[in-house]
Amino acid sequence: MAFLEINGLSKSFGGLRAVDNVSLSVEEGELVSLIGPNGAGKTTVFNLVTGIYPPSAGRVALDRQDITGLPTAQVAARGVARTFQQGRVFAGLSVADNVRVGAHVHLDAQRPGAGLVARLGPVGRVVAPWLRLPWEAALAVVQPPRVQGEETRLAEETRSILGIFGERLTPRWEDPALSLSYANRRRVEIARALALQPRLLLLDEPCAGMNPAETRELQDLIALIRREFGLTILLIEHKLDLVMQLSDRVIVLDHGAKIAEGTPAQVRHDPLVVEAYLGRAA
Amino acid sequence: MLSLHNINAFYGPIQALFDVSLEVRQGEIVCLLGGNASGKSTTMKTILGLVKPRGGQVVLDGEDITSLATPQRVRRGLASVPEARRIFPRMTVRENLLMGAYTRRDKAIGDDLARVLDLFPRLKERLGQSGGTLSGGEQQMLALGRALMSRPRLICMDEPSMGLAPKLVQQSFELIQQVNAQGVTIFVVEQNAQVALSIAHRGYVLQNGAMALSGPAQELLHNPDIRRVYLGEVAA
Amino acid sequence: MLDQVINGLVLGNIYVLLAVGMALIFSVANLVNFSKGSVFMIGAYVGWALISQLGWPLWAALLAAALGCGLLGVLIERVALRPLEGAPPIAPLLSTVAVAFILDNLGLLLFKPETRAFNAPLPTWRLAVGGVNVGLLDILIALISLGCIGGLYLFLYHTRLGSGVRAAAQDRDAALQMGVDVDQARSLVFGIASALAGIAGTLLGIYYNSVNPAMGFSAGLKGLIAALLGGITSLPAALVGGLLLGQIESLATAYIGLSYRNLAAFLVLVLILALRPEGLLGRAAQRGYEVTTGVFFSVGKPRRVPRSVLVGVVLAAVLLPLIPNSDYVVQVLFIGLVYALLALGLNLVAGAGQVSLGQAGLFAIGAYGSALLTAKAGLPFWIALPASAILAAILGVALAYPALRLRGNYLAIATLGLAEIVTQTILNWEGLTNGPLGLFGIPAPRLGGLLFVGARPYYYLALVLVAVSAWTLTRLGRSQLGRTLGAIREDELAAETYGIETGQYKALAFGLGAAVAAVGGALFAHSSTYISPDIFTPAISVLVLTMVILGGLGSVPGVVASAVLLIALPEVARPVADARWLLYGVLLLLLVRFRPQGLLGREPKQSLSRGQTNVGVKSPEPGLGTQPEFAGTQGK
Repeated sequence: MAFLEINGLSKSFGGLRAVDNVSLSVEEGELVSLIGPNGAGKTTVFNLVTGIYPPSAGRVALDRQDITGLPTAQVAARGVARTFQQGRVFAGLSVADNVRVGAHVHLDAQRPGAGLVARLGPVGRVVAPWLRLPWEAALAVVQPPRVQGEETRLAEETRSILGIFGERLTPRWEDPALSLSYANRRRVEIARALALQPRLLLLDEPCAGMNPAETRELQDLIALIRREFGLTILLIEHKLDLVMQLSDRVIVLDHGAKIAEGTPAQVRHDPLVVEAYLGRAA
Repeated sequence: MLSLHNINAFYGPIQALFDVSLEVRQGEIVCLLGGNASGKSTTMKTILGLVKPRGGQVVLDGEDITSLATPQRVRRGLASVPEARRIFPRMTVRENLLMGAYTRRDKAIGDDLARVLDLFPRLKERLGQSGGTLSGGEQQMLALGRALMSRPRLICMDEPSMGLAPKLVQQSFELIQQVNAQGVTIFVVEQNAQVALSIAHRGYVLQNGAMALSGPAQELLHNPDIRRVYLGEVAA
Repeated sequence: MLDQVINGLVLGNIYVLLAVGMALIFSVANLVNFSKGSVFMIGAYVGWALISQLGWPLWAALLAAALGCGLLGVLIERVALRPLEGAPPIAPLLSTVAVAFILDNLGLLLFKPETRAFNAPLPTWRLAVGGVNVGLLDILIALISLGCIGGLYLFLYHTRLGSGVRAAAQDRDAALQMGVDVDQARSLVFGIASALAGIAGTLLGIYYNSVNPAMGFSAGLKGLIAALLGGITSLPAALVGGLLLGQIESLATAYIGLSYRNLAAFLVLVLILALRPEGLLGRAAQRGYEVTTGVFFSVGKPRRVPRSVLVGVVLAAVLLPLIPNSDYVVQVLFIGLVYALLALGLNLVAGAGQVSLGQAGLFAIGAYGSALLTAKAGLPFWIALPASAILAAILGVALAYPALRLRGNYLAIATLGLAEIVTQTILNWEGLTNGPLGLFGIPAPRLGGLLFVGARPYYYLALVLVAVSAWTLTRLGRSQLGRTLGAIREDELAAETYGIETGQYKALAFGLGAAVAAVGGALFAHSSTYISPDIFTPAISVLVLTMVILGGLGSVPGVVASAVLLIALPEVARPVADARWLLYGVLLLLLVRFRPQGLLGREPKQSLSRGQTNVGVKSPEPGLGTQPEFAGTQGK
């Protein structure tokens, strides 16, 4: 079984089938791209995997565990990080804090028992937060050494993650994200995702709104983080040059359904794909 | 009739259009092509006045309309078929059509309604139905009919093929040709290059917000560069 | 029974007039208009002046009220709302709150607070049909209100301009492309809605034979409840909601008691928001994937106050009461510190992006909690104080629980309703709270052998508690928890995507915020030795929110300073003291328009507002709730 297994996934909004019986798999360490014209359902697939929408049908399994319909926060706790098409950074937080939020699920000293709550029964899940959260608040105020130690480690980690982006982000460490350029916001998003130490990284059009030079830089960066962290990546991107160069495999969606799958070379010559993009001859 | 001169437009910090110029002449069908996020829709919005460019001019019939609001442009004979059609969902088909004639004060609206309904017999059957209940193809007809109700001299269409089954795409482009044959100039923004070029007189191709190609439709249709613009350079 | 139904119908008809206006404005401007009730009150006074004082005939007075209020509505739209286009959704909402505040207090100044008799020279014959007693007035009200709805229907569905308004409500951009002047349509809608409110005001005044400046608040809220009950986007929904609410209130009055009427209405509000925010006839919206940021103002970290300034201020605060003859100043500053606690509590909640208009409810819980625990249960103050804070935290979370799924406009309404439920419960639970008479003889705290007498000991205690709270909240803000709450404020969906259980953390913020506010309530209760439900008005909630915005969201010293300033300044400027509430309203209006980041907030360095990152998509009111008419393109 592949690392990410999507089986017969469907989602309808009103009458529209945004995702129509899509099955796909991503092996551990693989980079798979999801391409297709606007409205093909690519982002909806991401939203279904991360639990933002419950699917109308189908299953999603991560590392042999069923995660279909799991709440979004719990999908994250299982090591799935994603970026957003529109560059959804936390605009009012500093660059460093944005990255630190990415590590939220790994805060053991500061969030005692948080991992446990998800494993409780329905009653426990309601009761436990009442006990856990006041304790978490008390720790936040008192800041015992264990908590401080965790924050210090987190700060170091944040620095090293931001270091990956060279001089792009490090000098802006304390600046609020809203003061950043668009391209830098996209970088912060990726840094935040890395802080989650993801087992699966979902990148939604990371190059949208970037100029060709920035796009090339980001392409190199994606290749780099993939090597460094041994990441498994599912990528949505319109800039097909980049897709063709980075991907192990490419999956093409059109009108919510999978119309082609294969190596970049196979896909770009597939007549169905050419038609989906260029249209059928009249 | 309509021309854009060196348009530069932004969405917040992102420049979406770089020095885009184009021209539409009386009686033509002109198509603007491009892949996802190439700047097609922004160009359309600039023409309609929904996006204000930071530089450049929009000229309609020799008049600079760059600073005019959308309703004023409509009064000057510019009609539109918006992206995804944008039918008023809780208005009947009849009301939707009459909305097209919103800026008109003359008495001939009834005649035009009859003429539009002759052109689209399907709409006649559904006159009392609300717009939201129509199928995609019917909505496309309604959007085109609604645009015709303003007695436009120029119709701007934003991605008429979007979300339609291939057969319906074919049909709606045939309709566009029919409308053009009646003397209405048409500017159509489209992702589906094959279909659009098959009916257009001339075409422009946008890539990353800048004009990459332009020329007579037949030439573009056979130009191998088009495929490169859409699908990217072949990896060496 | 049937008499009650008739009563309910009459009342319902008036609510319908208000609800229709709410629904119209909501569909065209995507905005909950809080100023509606005040316009209603103005309408009632216009009617009263013309009929009762000048002897105009009813029809002429109604026409004048409609016209006058209509113009007022257009003016409100132009001055308070149009300049805010593109601002976060909370801005126009707060702007209408400010307008309401201004109009209500203008009414108080102009018309004086007392209730005035409103005698309309109408024949008083009544019709008895099979045991049902119907008065001419009942019929008249029903006819006029149905006439208005009918007229509105004709306008919307059978005129060119009306179709333009409907088109603008369903799809703003498409309407523009048809040549509809959407701005004009908005103005028109505000005019119509306000004209209807004016008519409703006059009618209700005649119905109850009286007018008073306070009638607007409850009427506005009832209109809103009616609109939400039906489903806020359509005419029939407003009709159903209004009539239903009228029945509910009328039956509650008949079978439980008059004083339960409002409680019933507010319970309906909270239930409908919690269980079916799209209303009885509305359609549920899909969970919004669009960016939900910008619900609240936030523009980066507020300025830090230098340590030397802080030390200086604290020192001055400690030494000030030692100056002779400073009793009055100390008393005023004490009240300022109580408000500082209320504002600090709200600041925490707002720091998580949640807009609450319910601070008065927590204030009341703290005050009554500590008063009852000492006076009735005989506990010492030093136990009652923390106990009432914990009680408020638990109640705060439990009460806010149904509201946690709501955002922006809806959350603000729900919290306003929850605070009303608290005060109404206190009012009605006479066995425990003494009801409207209030609690007397709340014992003074005793520290060692010292009994608290005069303002000074309370002042020092408040100073200590504010300092402790400020310190705690500052530490909290700089911790992981502050960061997490900030992430929720900025983008809930993105926060969840990174593993943050947003519901739990919002609840935590509500709970902690409630505890801090309750401490303020307890201090207030013991220092004044007497409390009654009418002290805890919604105006307090608005004032506290103004303090938080003025202070600069998230800035602890800023919020404390603005609380003390806002309480103290009107005392210093004696001549304007009467108009203080009016000035608060003006201040809020100006703040929202010109300095949403507050005194200590910082302007963003670049003009990159987050709205612009959401390329080309004008996102509607984020979050759960009804699907606004123009949201979504059904053709897709």
